[in-house]
Order: sequence, then structure tokens, then C-alpha cells
Amino acid sequence: MAKKKNIPEINASSQADIAFTVLIFFLVVSTMDIDTGIVRVLPPMADPNVKQEDIKVKERNLLLVFVSGSGNIMAGGKVISLNALKDKAKEFILNPLDDKDLPEKKATEIEMPDGSKWSYPVSEGVISLQNTRDTSYQVYIQVQNELTRAFNEVRDEVAMSKFGKKFADLDEAERKVITKAIPMKISEAEPRKMVK
Amino acid sequence: MAVMKKKGEREVPAMSTTSLPDVVYIILFFFMLSTSMRDQELLVTYKLPEATEVQKLEKKNLVSYIHVGVPSLNMQAKFGTAPRIQLNDSYKTTKDILDFIAGERDNLNESDRASMTVCLKADENTKMGVVADVKQELRRANALKLSYASSKVLNY
Repeated sequence: MAKKKNIPEINASSQADIAFTVLIFFLVVSTMDIDTGIVRVLPPMADPNVKQEDIKVKERNLLLVFVSGSGNIMAGGKVISLNALKDKAKEFILNPLDDKDLPEKKATEIEMPDGSKWSYPVSEGVISLQNTRDTSYQVYIQVQNELTRAFNEVRDEVAMSKFGKKFADLDEAERKVITKAIPMKISEAEPRKMVK
Repeated sequence: MAVMKKKGEREVPAMSTTSLPDVVYIILFFFMLSTSMRDQELLVTYKLPEATEVQKLEKKNLVSYIHVGVPSLNMQAKFGTAPRIQLNDSYKTTKDILDFIAGERDNLNESDRASMTVCLKADENTKMGVVADVKQELRRANALKLSYASSKVLNY
């Protein structure tokens, strides 16, 4: 007759140590940082076979922002500080007083998510950002940031008056409407050759 | 009547640690899900510029990275301190970007190719000349979605 054997319980106290080891391994080899950045869409390369027609932009529709090699910023022909750039850009985008020197607006019908039409005077303005080859990347990003902020604030204001919500809180369809009303038109030209 | 024990003989039972592995496993799974593997070894060092209006880059598998910066300390003896472009795991020049983008694009699904994003991680002291060359090459490679990597700050 087989004797009833008492199987000893497996000691599980080291399982925690094993799990800790695996945990620490994952902590070391993995990263958690989420990449953030200022997103831009570059203009496509011009086809060399097609003759380029110069697109004429009226002077009032263009805000030239130039960043020099020494980090000075010039907007619309005047030297301007980084702090003042956002308000300058906002004034340019909105043109609240219908100034003759600021961009013209074209009333555009925008289709709303509920099917109705919304007429909004869309600005024709283009911000042209230029820099030299020895402009520092940091200043360039700061300028890009200020311009983005100007657009974001205008979008927030319009979204607030139209939908009663901030731009970031809108859903996809509503966001499309606002993006159509306030298109982010920033043209990044190739760097200027410094003429001496 | 219940037998009264003497006071001094009472012992605190050993705390059961059988659930400890379970707790650790839960933490482990959390980390496995929420983090991503470090896939590249950096050969350049950079300090990203700061910005307030940043957007998160979602869908990491659609993102290709271009690093621009000073070669890291152990490489400086060989490569000097002039800013370099790193693609994948080696130093490259702007001419190689075209091939790099083509290679990255081949790795993606057909449906994802349109939403491919390039993340440019450049040191804040880089000159725009280098960045402009990279941008020109990206335009030539038709990789038009570009993110200037910058760290988020609340205000300057």
C-alpha cells in the first residue's frame, strides 16, 4: 500500500524577487518620454519641368518676419521684440479694424457639422518667415512658437464665440470648421543669402 | 469558559507576503504597456529648444527621427565638435536623408505612408543653415510633415 505522502508546498517567497528583477530590467531599457514638438507641413518641392509662375501676393496680405543672424526680429519692416511679435501677428491675422494696410478678408461659406452654413471673413494674410543661415535654431523656434501661439489664441477666441469651447476641447468636425476659418498660413522660405 | 492566555505569550503572526509578487507583476505590466523600448543609441548630444505651443507626437511607429547636434563626448576625439546629423545609428550627411526617408517609408504600411512624420531633434545652438539643408532634403524626399522637437514649458 502506498503511503500517503505529504507534498511540501513550493516556497513562493522568491517570486517577488524575480518579478522585481524583471521590473527593474524594463525600467532601465524603456523610455517613457513622449515626443513633443511644433508641427509644420513643408511646401512640396517645385517641379523643375513646370515653369514657375510667381504668385503675386498683395503687399498688405504679407507679413514678413525676418530673423537675423544675431537674433534680432524684424516684422513688417520694423525691429520688434519677441514679446511683441505675438500681438503683431494676431493683429495681422484678425485685422479687427479693417485697416487698409492689413490683410483683406474674403467672406467664405463654411459648412458646419450640423449641415448649416456659416459665413466667416477668412483672412487672406500670409506670414512669411525668413532667416539667414547663421540664425540660431533656438531663436527660430521661439519665433515659430510665438506665431503658433498667435494662431492658437485667435482660434481659441473664434471657437469660444462660435462653439463656447476652447479650440483644444472641440471635436474633430468643429475643429475642421475653425481650421478653415483661421488657416495657419506660415510660409517658411529658404534662408537668405546674406548680401554684403 | 474560554481559556485565557497569558498576556506575554501573544505573538504577532508573520505578515503574509504571498500577494507581493502579484503587486509587483501589476506594476511590471503597467510599465510594459506604458513605455516604449529605447530603439536608438544616441551619438549626438542635444538640448532641445523650449516652446509653449507644442503638440504631442502620437503613433510612434509613424515617426522617423533625425538628430542634429554635437557628437557625444566619447566620439568627439574622432569626429570633432562640429554639429553632425545622425540617422539611424551612424553619422550621416544631408545627402543621405533621401535614402533614409525612402527606407523609412518602405518600412511602413501603404496606408500609413501619407501620415509619416519626421521628428527633427536639433540642438538649440544649431545654426539654421544645417536645419535649412535638412528641410530642403525632406522636401526633395517628399516627407512634408515635420515636427520641430522642443520641450514643453509653461512660459519663458
